Amino acid sequence: MSVADKPDPDRDERPADDVPEAPGDAPADPADARADHDEADPEARTDGDDEVSAGGDEAAPGGDSDEGGAGQPPAARWWTHRLPTRSGALIGVLLALLGFALAVQLKGRDSDQGLAAARQEDLVRILDDLDSRKERLQRDISDLNAKKQQLNSGEQGRKAAVDDARQRADELGILAGTLPAEGPGLLITFRSGGDPVPASVLLDAVEELRGAGAEAMQFAGGGRTVRVVASTAFVDDGSGVAVGSVRLSAPYTVSVIGDPATMQAALNIPGGVVDTVRQSGGTVSVQQPAVVHVSATRKVPRPRYARPVS
Amino acid sequence: MIALIALVVGVVAGLVLEPSVPAGLQAYLPIAVVAALDAVTGGVRAWLRKEFNDKQFVISFVSNVLVAALIVFLGDKLGVGAQLSTGVVVVLSMRIFANVAAIRQTVFKA
Repeated sequence: MSVADKPDPDRDERPADDVPEAPGDAPADPADARADHDEADPEARTDGDDEVSAGGDEAAPGGDSDEGGAGQPPAARWWTHRLPTRSGALIGVLLALLGFALAVQLKGRDSDQGLAAARQEDLVRILDDLDSRKERLQRDISDLNAKKQQLNSGEQGRKAAVDDARQRADELGILAGTLPAEGPGLLITFRSGGDPVPASVLLDAVEELRGAGAEAMQFAGGGRTVRVVASTAFVDDGSGVAVGSVRLSAPYTVSVIGDPATMQAALNIPGGVVDTVRQSGGTVSVQQPAVVHVSATRKVPRPRYARPVS
Repeated sequence: MIALIALVVGVVAGLVLEPSVPAGLQAYLPIAVVAALDAVTGGVRAWLRKEFNDKQFVISFVSNVLVAALIVFLGDKLGVGAQLSTGVVVVLSMRIFANVAAIRQTVFKA
C-alpha cells in the first residue's frame, strides 16, 4: 500500500513533465538504464509496471508503461531497500572506499599542513624570519654566556676573598685564643719540690717558649685549663698560681704548639727555665707527643673604646 | 541509504584505523578522491533526476579513478606531474561544479 501511495505525487506532475521530455530527460542512455534496471530486479520491474499502468490509467491514460518503468521506480526502489543486490553492494563498497580514502587523505594532510601548501614567496619570507630569529637568539646566547662567565669570575673572586678572610680569622683566632688548635709541640710538666713554683718561673717559661716560636699555649693544673695569650697575667696565689683569672695548682702542665726542637733547646739553655726549677728542688719533664692539643679557649671582650682605623 | 551508510562507515574506518598513505600512492590518492567525488556528484544528480543507473555509476566511478590516476602517472613519467595533476583537478572540479549546479537546479528548481 505504501509503495503504491508514494509515487502518486510524482505521477501527478509527470504527465506534463515526463512524457514529452522522456528522450531528453535521460540523455546518458535511457536504453542502458532501462536494460540494467531490468536485469537487476526483474520483479521490481513488473511491480513498477503494474503501478505505472494502474497510476497511469488514472492520471495519464496515454502513459507509456515501458518508459515509466525505466524513469521512475529506481528512486522508489532505493528508498524502499528493494535493490541491495550485487550492484548495490558494489556501490556501497566503492563509496566506503571513497570515504576511507577521503578520511585518510584529510588525516594525513593535517600533520604537515602549513608549509607544504605555502607559496614560494611565503616560504622565503618564513625562512628569512627564521634566519633572523636564529641570529638574534645566537646573539642572546653569546651575551648570556659572557654574562655567565663574568658572574662566575666574580663568584670565584668572592670565594677567594671569603677563603682568605676565613683563613685570616682562623689565624687570628688561634693567636687570640678563641679557637682550639693542634699541631706538633711539647708537653711540659712542672713539679714543685719544697717550695711552690713561683709565677715568675712560669712567666719566664712562657717568654722563652714565645721567643722560640710557640704559636699556641695552654696551662693546666688542678683540673683546670687556661689558654695563654698576650694579655694573660701570672700572679702568685698562695700555694698556686693564678693564670689569667683562673687559679691553678701544681703540678702545672703546659701544652705548647710550635717547633719542638727549638723550644726544647730554649728551655734547656744553662740558667734557663729548667735550671731554675731544678735549683729550687722541682723537676721539669718535657715530652714530645706527635700531636699536641690546645683545647682551652677564651672569650675576647668586644673593645669598648678602640675602633679600627680604616 | 546504503550509499550514505557505506560512506560514513568508510570515513569512520579511515579515522579509526589511521593508516599512513604509502609514499608511492601519495600523489594519486588526492586525485583519485577528487575523481571519485566527481562520479558521486554525477550519481546524485542522476538519482535526483530519477535516471540513476547502478552499472553506469560503478563504471564511471572506477574509470574516473583509474583514468585520473593514469594521467597523473603519465605526467610523473613525462616530468610534468604537477602540471597534469593541476589540470586533472581543474577538469574534475569543473565537472563537480556542473554536477552540483544540476543538483541545485533539480532540488531548488533554480
